[in-house]
Amino acid sequence: MLTGSLVLWTIVKIAIIVGFVFNLAGVLTWVDRRQSAMIQDRVGPNRAVVKIGPLELRLAGLLHTLADGVKFFFKEDFRPPKADRLLFGLAPMLALAPVVILLAAVPFGDTVCPGSLWRVLTLDGLEKTIFPAVGRYGVCSGEVGSAVGPIDLQVAPLSVGILFVFAIAGQGIIAAAIAGVSSDNKFSLLGALRASSQMVSYEVTLGMSLIGAMMIYGSVRLDDMARWQGENAWGIFVQPVAFFLFFTAAVAESKRIPFDLPEAESELVSGYFTEYSGMKFGMFYLSEYMEIVTSSMLVVAVFLGGWQLPFLHRDGLTLEFGDTVLLHQDIAHIWMTVFGVVAFFGKVALLCWIQAFIRWSLPRFRYDQLMKLCWKVLLPLSLANIMITGVVMLALDKAGTGAAAMLKTLGHVSQATVAVGLAYALVRLVVWFVGSRDPQRWIVGSAATRADKAGGTKTTAMQA
Amino acid sequence: MTLNADYESPRRSEANATPKLDERIGHPMTLLPTYAPVFLIMAVAAALAGLFFILASVLGKKNPTPEKMIPFECGSESSGGNHVKLSVKFYLTAILFVVFDIETVFIYPWAVQFRSLGALGLASMGTFLAVIAVALVYIWKKGALEWET
Repeated sequence: MLTGSLVLWTIVKIAIIVGFVFNLAGVLTWVDRRQSAMIQDRVGPNRAVVKIGPLELRLAGLLHTLADGVKFFFKEDFRPPKADRLLFGLAPMLALAPVVILLAAVPFGDTVCPGSLWRVLTLDGLEKTIFPAVGRYGVCSGEVGSAVGPIDLQVAPLSVGILFVFAIAGQGIIAAAIAGVSSDNKFSLLGALRASSQMVSYEVTLGMSLIGAMMIYGSVRLDDMARWQGENAWGIFVQPVAFFLFFTAAVAESKRIPFDLPEAESELVSGYFTEYSGMKFGMFYLSEYMEIVTSSMLVVAVFLGGWQLPFLHRDGLTLEFGDTVLLHQDIAHIWMTVFGVVAFFGKVALLCWIQAFIRWSLPRFRYDQLMKLCWKVLLPLSLANIMITGVVMLALDKAGTGAAAMLKTLGHVSQATVAVGLAYALVRLVVWFVGSRDPQRWIVGSAATRADKAGGTKTTAMQA
Repeated sequence: MTLNADYESPRRSEANATPKLDERIGHPMTLLPTYAPVFLIMAVAAALAGLFFILASVLGKKNPTPEKMIPFECGSESSGGNHVKLSVKFYLTAILFVVFDIETVFIYPWAVQFRSLGALGLASMGTFLAVIAVALVYIWKKGALEWET
């Protein structure tokens, strides 16, 4: 029913997910610069400062993001005289809009039952608020006293799911092509050609690699995929090859190092947006970082369990191996909802960080190597993945109940692996935060000291 | 049977075994709540893009000079037309993309229904994939995937 509350909830959901993507994209520009500084043994951005009386706030360079945003708007808005007036202005908008629109199909949490979030009971004349748990299966079955009905934590519960995402994400290619052609610049044109050719090539792999996952999940809806992963095993365990192919193609689609040929600074200045300045350049820049966030969201939803955490289901914690339930604890629905949303956004942020790490770890491909990787390695691999998945699934279905029971246990073992891995990572993170940060240790690890130890080029560490 | 456990989407298990035509293709009145948010987010995206564009045009100063107006080529003088001749490889890549992407779209419905189609479905899709593989081998051997110049 198209009621007022539906519109209100839709606006809230759009605000949450679009706000998250914009903010994370902003933070990512900082992560990129700060991380490159750490990897390259530099200080990194630290000039932007807010002075409040005697207090100087630098926030480890985080203010640069704000300063850049403001600066973008006040920089000269330049248009080459021979550029196509309409297309030149349209291109940055076409780059930014699809990355926002495709968020409509991304689920960032499990379905919320508004009537079960909390209930006010009157016992012996005393009003008491309780936070009930809901059942593990079914969407808000047996819910009473709720005017709104189940709320999907997904802007639009589209039945076409990931097809919608692909359809909209594909429009980014048009923006790159239009920007290059309308700029009246040789670098822009070459950059646009490289960009469109690279993006269409990797889009084939992007689509093909997901087929194996769709066969297993039996759905194209991203929320169904996440639910299947919560009940069984995360996609990275059942489709490891597809995860690798999809992630590689997704990094290639965002046109960053090692796939940054369309914007290779040393060859093409900045490719198809060479002639853009001010916020129009900023829109391309922002959409590139937003693409990183959205591609991470897709990888999380399809391969890393979406909002799911190991052994946590809609009804609470169930520690089980095979058919034996070791431990069951009901957890209130309101907490499960919060856990789910935080888990989803946390996974996305982690994957974005991994992409930033990839950028500063790998050298750039040559164009023929890039095309060779796509058409001669990734595409045959994804075709083989489809056939192998089909044969294995058919064999397992025919193998009977013994195989099914074994798979169930294996699924729980995979969840336990994730849980142990998460716990270990958390412990390491806490140790890193509270542990002493001896400046000497940083210097020992620095490239200059290492070069000095290995013989060096000069006599002292400072000269090395 | 699903791969690991008897998991069914709650949506599907709650629906009737044989949904009515309206439920399968979506009644216009039930489609509206599904697609209205899409139009809303499209409006948000257009508004954001438009706002950035207008703010950039209004706030950005304009100070054109003759040097700024020539196409940027790292300081060297631009010569010749700016629409350079392009390698035919780019057209070839575009054609190959169309061929393979459409084939991907053909596989999607089969992938979603894989379990109910069983061995026969796998055999027929195997044939289809074999045809794709032959096409890939053909263009590979023809040198359409080579980029050395």
